[in-house]
Amino acid sequence: MIAVRGLVKRIGQQDILRGIDLDVARGETLAIIGRSGGGKSVLLKHLVGLMKPNVGEIWIEGQNIIPLNERQLAMIRPKLGVLFQGAALFDSMTVEENIAFPLREAGERDPKVLREKVHEMLEVMELQGEEEKMPVNLSGGMKKRVGLARAIVRRPSCILYDEPTSGLDPVVSDSINRLIRRLQQRFGVTSIVVTHDMKNAFDVANHIAYLHEGLIYFNGTPGDLQQTSDPILQDFLLGRSEEQR
Amino acid sequence: MIVRLFNALGGAFLSFLQYLGEVVLLAADTFRSIFTHKFRWKLFLNQIVEIGLLSQVVVVITGGFTGAVFSAQTFFQFNKLGMGSATGAVVSVAICRELGPVLTALMVAGRVGAAMSAEIGTMKVTEQIDALRALAVYPTDYLVVPRALAMMISMPLLVAECIAVGIAAGYFIAIFLLEINGTYYMANMVRWTRNRDIIMGLSKAFCFGILIVFISCHKGLTAREGAVGVGRATTEAVVNSSLAVLICNFFLTMLLNIIYPAGYQ
Repeated sequence: MIAVRGLVKRIGQQDILRGIDLDVARGETLAIIGRSGGGKSVLLKHLVGLMKPNVGEIWIEGQNIIPLNERQLAMIRPKLGVLFQGAALFDSMTVEENIAFPLREAGERDPKVLREKVHEMLEVMELQGEEEKMPVNLSGGMKKRVGLARAIVRRPSCILYDEPTSGLDPVVSDSINRLIRRLQQRFGVTSIVVTHDMKNAFDVANHIAYLHEGLIYFNGTPGDLQQTSDPILQDFLLGRSEEQR
Repeated sequence: MIVRLFNALGGAFLSFLQYLGEVVLLAADTFRSIFTHKFRWKLFLNQIVEIGLLSQVVVVITGGFTGAVFSAQTFFQFNKLGMGSATGAVVSVAICRELGPVLTALMVAGRVGAAMSAEIGTMKVTEQIDALRALAVYPTDYLVVPRALAMMISMPLLVAECIAVGIAAGYFIAIFLLEINGTYYMANMVRWTRNRDIIMGLSKAFCFGILIVFISCHKGLTAREGAVGVGRATTEAVVNSSLAVLICNFFLTMLLNIIYPAGYQ
């Protein structure tokens, strides 16, 4: 469904991505892991066309999105739902308005249909009764769930999660992981989860890619990763800094 | 040393040209959007309220006190020459052609331009604009078009209001405080103030509105580095809009004076 070929991104003097090749099959959940500042979020933004690479191609359902301009990308983007790291809710809108926003923009005007779809999403996200709240009055976990509801309300075929559990306590993180799995089962979507939370990666992914120094250093199943003896991967899995070696 | 100086000057000049180019491209993109893409009436009406309706108090106070003080100062000078009754004509023409549009534009740049830049800038640094894009909404259509159209409609109306209040305030000061003969005052004012003076003021208002909205929206859309970046963008939006208004006012005056020459003809 998604193929990345030779993706290079340079910002200023720094090489962020140095030739990424990656394939994501339909229905698969891929976790992209790596150290903070390693370019995971930059890679995710490229997949939605929010950033343009210096070199490389990104194919989404058979179409290379790199040559497309912003208006042409608008035709591709409904296929993708994005959960941003900080949820990126529209702070001038209520929870209900945030979730209904993609539907309104797609031309849905019937208040009954909008209300039904919003309530269905609130139920999936276990957020019933919160529809009138403003984003500023929500906890971190609730914001992420509203952001996720907004991302999936138009039924995208692929959901991209940028650090879905960062800044959340273990219990809320677990509820987000369960939610991601539930969405996979209920809607059968393809998912790409960018994270440095290993529990999150092992809980939700059936494929894991490790991004290291701008390249895909490891690409395999969670089982392969757990059995690896590679020192770089071991350091990351065990949370070991260089001084501890 | 000299090479470094030329490098710095050249760099600054190129940055300035790039900035101008970006603002012009944003304006071109916006005008293209107005005619070719979905129009959002609700956002447009919200902006009319924000820009037009909520700027009333500021504009009325600005126009009123400027008209009053200008009337008094003109009378103090003209009265020495026995021309006190010409005060009305000077106040009216000056407010229509210069003071009304320029002062209203400066107040709107401070009130509305700053708000636009801060709001869009905050959306930028909190990834809300990325979220818009990810939801297949083009930010220019959603954020800039409603503001630009509302500004183009509101500014001439605000300036018309400022001119009317300024002239009325000048009249009341002249008649009731400075005791100028009301009939002569009014006769001179009507004789010397022409439709072309009002058209010139409103034309300037339209141009200033365009300058303010695109400079402010551009600053918001290019804001970076969190709260500090938004603060910087807001300050720059107000300063750049105000400077652009003052500089363009000179060129507009020279240009429009060819089309609508000043004086009794």
